[in-house]
Amino acid sequence: MGLDRRKFLKIVGLSTLFGLGGKAAIDMFAPGELEASVETIPLTAGKRWAMVIDVHKIDETIIKKCVEACHREHNVPDLESKKEEIKWIWKEDYEHSFPGRHHEYVGEDVEHGSFLLLCNHCSNPPCCRVCPTKATWQREDGIVMMDQHRCIGCRFCMAACPFGARSFNWGDPRRVLEDKDLKELNPDYPTNRDYPTRSKGVVEKCTFCAERLAKGQLPACVEAANTVKKDALVFGDLDEPDSNVRAVLRNHYTIRRKPELGTNPNVFYIV
Amino acid sequence: MLEMALKGRQGYWGLLIFLLAIMGVGFVSYLYQFSEGLRITGMSRDVSWGFYIGQLTYFVGVAAGGVMVVLPCYLHDYKAFARITILGEFLAVASVVMCGLFVIVDLGNLPRMLNIMIYPNPTSILFWDMIVLNVYMLLNIIIGWNVLSAERKGVHYQKWVKVLIYISIPWAFSIHTVTAFLYAGIPGRHYWLTAIMAARFLSSAFASGPALLILLCLIVRKVSNFDPGKEQIRTLGGIVAYAFILNMFFLLLELFTAFYSQIPGHMHSFEYLFSGLEGHGSVLAPWMWASIGFAVVALVLLIVPATRRREDILAVGCAAVIASTWIDKGFGLVIGGFIPNPFGRVFEYWPTTPEVLISAGVWATGFFILTVLYKIVISVKEEVGA
Repeated sequence: MGLDRRKFLKIVGLSTLFGLGGKAAIDMFAPGELEASVETIPLTAGKRWAMVIDVHKIDETIIKKCVEACHREHNVPDLESKKEEIKWIWKEDYEHSFPGRHHEYVGEDVEHGSFLLLCNHCSNPPCCRVCPTKATWQREDGIVMMDQHRCIGCRFCMAACPFGARSFNWGDPRRVLEDKDLKELNPDYPTNRDYPTRSKGVVEKCTFCAERLAKGQLPACVEAANTVKKDALVFGDLDEPDSNVRAVLRNHYTIRRKPELGTNPNVFYIV
Repeated sequence: MLEMALKGRQGYWGLLIFLLAIMGVGFVSYLYQFSEGLRITGMSRDVSWGFYIGQLTYFVGVAAGGVMVVLPCYLHDYKAFARITILGEFLAVASVVMCGLFVIVDLGNLPRMLNIMIYPNPTSILFWDMIVLNVYMLLNIIIGWNVLSAERKGVHYQKWVKVLIYISIPWAFSIHTVTAFLYAGIPGRHYWLTAIMAARFLSSAFASGPALLILLCLIVRKVSNFDPGKEQIRTLGGIVAYAFILNMFFLLLELFTAFYSQIPGHMHSFEYLFSGLEGHGSVLAPWMWASIGFAVVALVLLIVPATRRREDILAVGCAAVIASTWIDKGFGLVIGGFIPNPFGRVFEYWPTTPEVLISAGVWATGFFILTVLYKIVISVKEEVGA
């Protein structure tokens, strides 16, 4: 077990009193533990996280559960207005999920099927390319991450994302605590006190639940879907030949949104 | 020379006070936006850039357009323009200031603005746009100021200024090319994803910049004893005509590719802008058609030699060029890129009153700077009896 924050600070603080500095002090009092604590952060556990959504298995109930689980996990409020809408994962019909693929004779089940849309965590993400401050960047495990403390709110990433995955805090989301109408819509905001709320003027989006992965948990939407139907949403490492996602992709025909743009999305749909 | 801005007639002070008042209204509106957030604008999740970024794009063009007096003067030794290069350079300065302010008012998180320099990302075009615009402004301030003070002292400006002038010419092209790259390199926005974008930007810049300059020259002549010159205005008129013809030609190229290929993504934004899409009308359609109307008027007045050479009619032609390019670039270009949205849906945008007031504040700031700089130019020119 590595060094926790409290112990780390204790050692550093105490040793500073005695004129000892940083790493030297930790090596003396807790040899080998600093390295160990860095290793236990499973940032690089996956090389290329991906999700496969089985459209045959998801239905209105599952979709609703997924959206709710995600938005509650990440304190995404319902702001009532379409203009200011913030969403990390949402329901969409076939025609608008895959514009350009639609034709008038497409089967009823597909035509009226419901799709779950979220950030594709593209392997070649244009949003990261255009961000002037590296407030959005790609982690080593493929997750396209957002630093809401660095974002200047230029919204270049929103223009660059071909999937409409990004939302902007046009106003202060924390106003739902005071605004009477919004408070009624979001009675228990913030729904997850272990996750930060955002300030106005920054962009946000799905992070594949990086904070849950770090604890060894599945993304909230995957977990929620699994409680209703197993393997409706499959999450795993695309880089691992024996992984669950690779097995699903081997056995099913899958499509991705707008593959022709070369962003290389990592969310797949079994249709 | 700065003291020359402090002495002026009633009209000069009246104009400055008028502009200050608008700046004040804009500033107060901005304070409101700063506290409420950008939700007070018409922008949305779907149309996430609007009037501000459109105006930024338009005024980068005006700034770049100033090079159309500098280039003939220094590269082609067209001496007549030496008289008015300073007007082009100072117009560029005022325009770049407006560009900077339009970026600033568009930011969701202004206090963190310096993150662009603290954590620069060299693959971001916005980072490079900031650099080229700031350097271009500095170049024009230094060049303009040195050339003008040399003229005042009756001496030739120093050699190193000439070096900067030669740098400033390709630099003017760079600012509008880089600004075009903000749009032209984004996958999935078909209206912007076109190799001809930078060329279109430059042609419209070289029409709208000199067109504004002609109007300014005519005003300068009217309010002062400094005459920018008949020949100069006539030559500028020719430049505007050529550039504007090119601009409309490029638009036709876009229309051909979109509508002959019949690829939906290429046609959709044009369809939305000019008529509406999927049974959805377009709030922009009347404006886009007005832009075409102004363009036709401008083309006729500028192509026919008899009308182009009459200064009063040339002025009308230039105003039409400005109106046409302003709607096309300051409005249609940015918003058209966002409609339809990535899901193929139409979600419209229209600026709100505070948004327009803030923009008016930025324009007023630009024209305040322009007025002061032009006042200095005029005073120097009158002093040396140019």
